[in-house]
Amino acid sequence: MELPLLHLALVGTPNSGKTSLFNALTGSRQKVANYPGVTVERKEGFFVTPQGRQVSVVDLPGTYSLRGRSPDEEITRDFVLGKASGETVPDLVLCVADSTNLRLTIRLLLELKRTGRPMILVLNMFDIASRRGISVDVERLAKELGVPVVTSIAVRKGGTADLLALTDEISARLAAEPGENSWRALSVAELRATQREADRIISDCVSLPSRPDTWTARIDAIVLHPVGGLIVLALILFVMFQAVFAWAQPLMELLQSGFDALGDFVHATLPEGLLQSFLQNGVISGVGSVIVFLPQIIIIFLFILLLEDFGYMARAAFLMDRIMGGAGLHGRAFIPLLSSFACAIPGIMATRVIDNKRDRLTTILIAPLMTCSARIPVYTLIISAFIPARDVWGFINLQGLVMFGLYAAGITSALVVSFLIKFFMLRDYAPAPFMLELPDYKMPRLKSIAIGIFTRAKMFLQRAGTTIFSMMVLIWFLASFPQPPAGATEPAIDFSLAAMIGKALAPLLAPVGFNWQIAVALIPGMAAREVAVAALGTVYAIEGGKEAAEQIGQVLATKWSLATALSMLAWYIFAPQCASTLAVIRRETGSWGWMAATFAYMLVLAYAASLLTYNVAVALGAG
Amino acid sequence: MTDTHDTRREMPLGLAKRGYTGVIQHLSAKDASSALSDIELESRLIELGFVEGARVEVLHEGLVGRDPIAVRVDNITIAVRRREAMAIIVA
Ligand SMILES: Nc1nc2c(ncn2[C@@H]2O[C@H](COP(=O)(O)OP(=O)(O)OP(=O)(O)O)[C@@H](O)[C@H]2O)c(=O)[nH]1
Ligand SMILES: [Mg+2]
Repeated sequence: MELPLLHLALVGTPNSGKTSLFNALTGSRQKVANYPGVTVERKEGFFVTPQGRQVSVVDLPGTYSLRGRSPDEEITRDFVLGKASGETVPDLVLCVADSTNLRLTIRLLLELKRTGRPMILVLNMFDIASRRGISVDVERLAKELGVPVVTSIAVRKGGTADLLALTDEISARLAAEPGENSWRALSVAELRATQREADRIISDCVSLPSRPDTWTARIDAIVLHPVGGLIVLALILFVMFQAVFAWAQPLMELLQSGFDALGDFVHATLPEGLLQSFLQNGVISGVGSVIVFLPQIIIIFLFILLLEDFGYMARAAFLMDRIMGGAGLHGRAFIPLLSSFACAIPGIMATRVIDNKRDRLTTILIAPLMTCSARIPVYTLIISAFIPARDVWGFINLQGLVMFGLYAAGITSALVVSFLIKFFMLRDYAPAPFMLELPDYKMPRLKSIAIGIFTRAKMFLQRAGTTIFSMMVLIWFLASFPQPPAGATEPAIDFSLAAMIGKALAPLLAPVGFNWQIAVALIPGMAAREVAVAALGTVYAIEGGKEAAEQIGQVLATKWSLATALSMLAWYIFAPQCASTLAVIRRETGSWGWMAATFAYMLVLAYAASLLTYNVAVALGAG
Repeated sequence: MTDTHDTRREMPLGLAKRGYTGVIQHLSAKDASSALSDIELESRLIELGFVEGARVEVLHEGLVGRDPIAVRVDNITIAVRRREAMAIIVA
């Protein structure tokens, strides 16, 4: 007889290792990092127990209680209580605890017991607890709590064997006990009583050596020093942006010469004509010009992943709390905003941990101003074409410095916009509290970093292969048809649809110094920011023939004035050119209005910034 | 919990300096001018382990107005603003 699918749910305090456990059980690669509030969605996975039972397991956002104070906590509450529409209540709840820190989880477990769902307490991170000399009387704990208890090490091979065995054992006798749900939100007195009860149980069953993690204390003495900490934070960001330039260069040149060789090969082997032009100008110049930036994108992700795994993110939020507060932002907003350096989409999703609706909305609105990795190709292309690669003060790369300046401009404008939102729209408004657990530092794990980078690189290449490729086909088509009449003397592209569209738009963009080629590139650039680079690559390649196809950067350096280049950089600090970000804003705010507002305000800022930059630059003689 | 500490004067954790150690005596949400309601603030503090009898130590403070503070509560570290920490009465 086939047994029905067993439904498990992973519930526990934030950062206790639920997602690590989920990944270990199901072989998935969901995001794991060392700060509270990583998981903000419900994720289902499947596995088979050693005895052959089919299991569905759901990973949930971490929570300290079932009260559901913020959107991520509501997801957990609704799932555990079976309120989520069309969902089955879990047959067995795995309450996951960080073994070095049992107080809060045991209190949560006592609350969870009232839901009447069968439960197991999983003492995760048992390796760290043992290393610190924490010993747990597992049998006694199980008896006191009235719940089976098992230890686990989610990040070690075989570290979940006991949990699997226990799941098999329990699931065999599960059917008979559908408990009654008597859960309701705890009053303050009940909460306090539960915490007391939890503390009593812990003092009976757990022996804690008074040996805190000395490494964490030592590192924090520097990293959380009121002045030193801010210097360290600035230094980390500075090194990150320098590295994006300095370290990536050799690899990028290698990729570039690879694409050049491929272009030459296509040019030499195929007969002159449309196919040759499509492959060389559309595919290789276009898509290739974006793929070249893979090393830079990997470096920025490497930095962010290392900081996340090490446990630095919560510290950065601590350091920035008051500074962000001055701009009217919630302290918790720092982590979503820092993730937006990689991509605004996970950043916007991560705002779910912010409990206050208005704070969350402000953070969502400004997240796209943080310089995401899709801007890197645009910035790098223009910087390397127009900014000389010399060192200032002997050791700082000037190109890296400009890059740092662009990031700083993004951050500053985000703070200013947030300040204006608070000032004009939400004036009578007391600051929301900032309360955040600062987890102990953990050595970043090579495997999870490697998986993280691999997933991001794959996503980037997939985008290059789908969104960017299809936009390139479109651009190539627009730039190639209609073909010029026989005997025409002007360049062929002047007769194309692209030129017609570009020239129609050019008057609008002339005040900011954009020519018609840029106007054409900005349209498919709406789909994704990097597309603009690829589109410029294709347009100039078709216009200029073989030589131009080789080095888009060099072409720009001859065709654009410095003022135009700077204006383009200013445009990209603000430009709302990412369809997926707008779609996520719509989903997370539940409103088309906020999406439109974001688009409009960013467009206005982009135009204004470019107008200012262009005119100042021209006035200074860079036109 | 009172025998060793009733000689020390009670004060809100929000006024404690870096290096301060003490034991939580009680919570008094109405003393903090938090944006949260009294009940909500008290619930959140309890949920983070700030209950009577817990040992606290102020480990770090921020730059601007020495705010926020990082507090060791038994064996975890929590960052809170001084405004909310005013609700935690220690001695
Ligand atoms: N040494 C050790 N580290 C672990 C173990 N389980 C998880 N970790 C680490 O603990 C950190 C948090 O793990 P996550 O799986 O992201 O925690 P989570 O409970 O899903 O966190 P939220 O989604 O924020 O609620 C990561 O740095 C993991 O690598 C374990 O058993 N041993
Ligand atoms: Mg998680």
